[in-house]
Amino acid sequence: MKVNGVDRPAPADPRRLLSDHLRHDLGLTGTHVGCEHGVCGCCTVLLDGAPVRSCLMLAVQAEGHDVTTIEGLAAPGAPLHPVQQAFHECHGLQCGFCTPGFVMSVVGFLKENPNPSPEQIDEGISGNLCRCTGYASIRRAVHRAAELTSLSPSGERVRERGEAR
Amino acid sequence: MPRGCIRRVKPPPFEYHAPTSIDEACSLLSSLEDAKVLAGGQSLVPLLNFRLARPAHLVDINRLPGLDRIYERDGGVAVGALTRQAAVEDSELVARVCPLLTDAMGLIAHRVIRNRGTVCGSLAHSDPASELPAVLLALGGNVIARSTRGDRVIPAGELFKSVFETTLAPDELLVEAWFPAPSGPFAIAEESRRHGDFALAGVVRVADRLALFGVAPTPVLADPRDPTRGLDPSGDLEATPEFRLHLVKVLTERVLAA
Repeated sequence: MKVNGVDRPAPADPRRLLSDHLRHDLGLTGTHVGCEHGVCGCCTVLLDGAPVRSCLMLAVQAEGHDVTTIEGLAAPGAPLHPVQQAFHECHGLQCGFCTPGFVMSVVGFLKENPNPSPEQIDEGISGNLCRCTGYASIRRAVHRAAELTSLSPSGERVRERGEAR
Repeated sequence: MPRGCIRRVKPPPFEYHAPTSIDEACSLLSSLEDAKVLAGGQSLVPLLNFRLARPAHLVDINRLPGLDRIYERDGGVAVGALTRQAAVEDSELVARVCPLLTDAMGLIAHRVIRNRGTVCGSLAHSDPASELPAVLLALGGNVIARSTRGDRVIPAGELFKSVFETTLAPDELLVEAWFPAPSGPFAIAEESRRHGDFALAGVVRVADRLALFGVAPTPVLADPRDPTRGLDPSGDLEATPEFRLHLVKVLTERVLAA
């Protein structure tokens, strides 16, 4: 499997969840683990570009696929991904535990809905739980992320090339 | 990192099989004792993580070719075993031929879950509170079960046996579901505590057929004039039996107004 553009071997134990594989075998601890049964959305990663729950996949199932984690959105020192930038600007986080999952869900959501309505945004983030913000600032961040993405339409593409390095 | 975390696994022990053809999958299912099919995993993997399900073997069908199709057949749409719910939700063909199925997709969990979850998996899982078994029943659809013994068509009315139980034999793979076009006015309505949760109660209408979910061990057909007759729903922390009966009445009024 490719993780953030780098070839990685699958774990020997098929019982290893993708979320645990990312965190404990690859050290990519940006993928957070909350409920481990698909409810909280903290562990959301992109599988071939579409957001999925990494706690509901065996790591061996990702063989032959591209996995993108929060670490793959922007290289250290590089400008933030538009969605990260928007969460930063709009205070879309407090404790930050749910944030990687939200950001990965929103990256996938904006790819499918580049100009979302408020209702679509609510629907788009409904699968992620946040216990700090009350969601108002997260909603604003999604609006802002859509704006930032449309302001620099090449921004997404540059990032995606960056991931492939 | 605590030491114990490093080797940790959530699911109980199982032997993992990843067949690459339908024939291979069927012969595995016919030779293995206590095997479970893994498709989208959005219901099975939580059960494994909780160790509520402890199958000896997992047969992962995600590498089987040709099972992710959506196509028109016999006045309805056929959906393959690996077709993700998100693909059905976005399908123009489904929206044109069987828009009830499109409507139902929006009620299933969240988009991120639907990116991975499959339509056929929901049917085979047979959760009494899930939407798709009731949709299949209301439409009068069917599924194709394949085994080394051949293909068998199981009508919706004969598929759902009990809670999480179907009439699929242990060696059978549900390869395709067929949803006929609705024969008249149609609607689906449900009530849940939180958006995307399983329904406390739900109702599907197709013309004068009414199927209920969340109120019995399987989806059940009901009389639109007296939808709660003979029902004996269970109660839990989320809803009392009386509240579920109340919901059935209210939701029935709503879908009949469609």
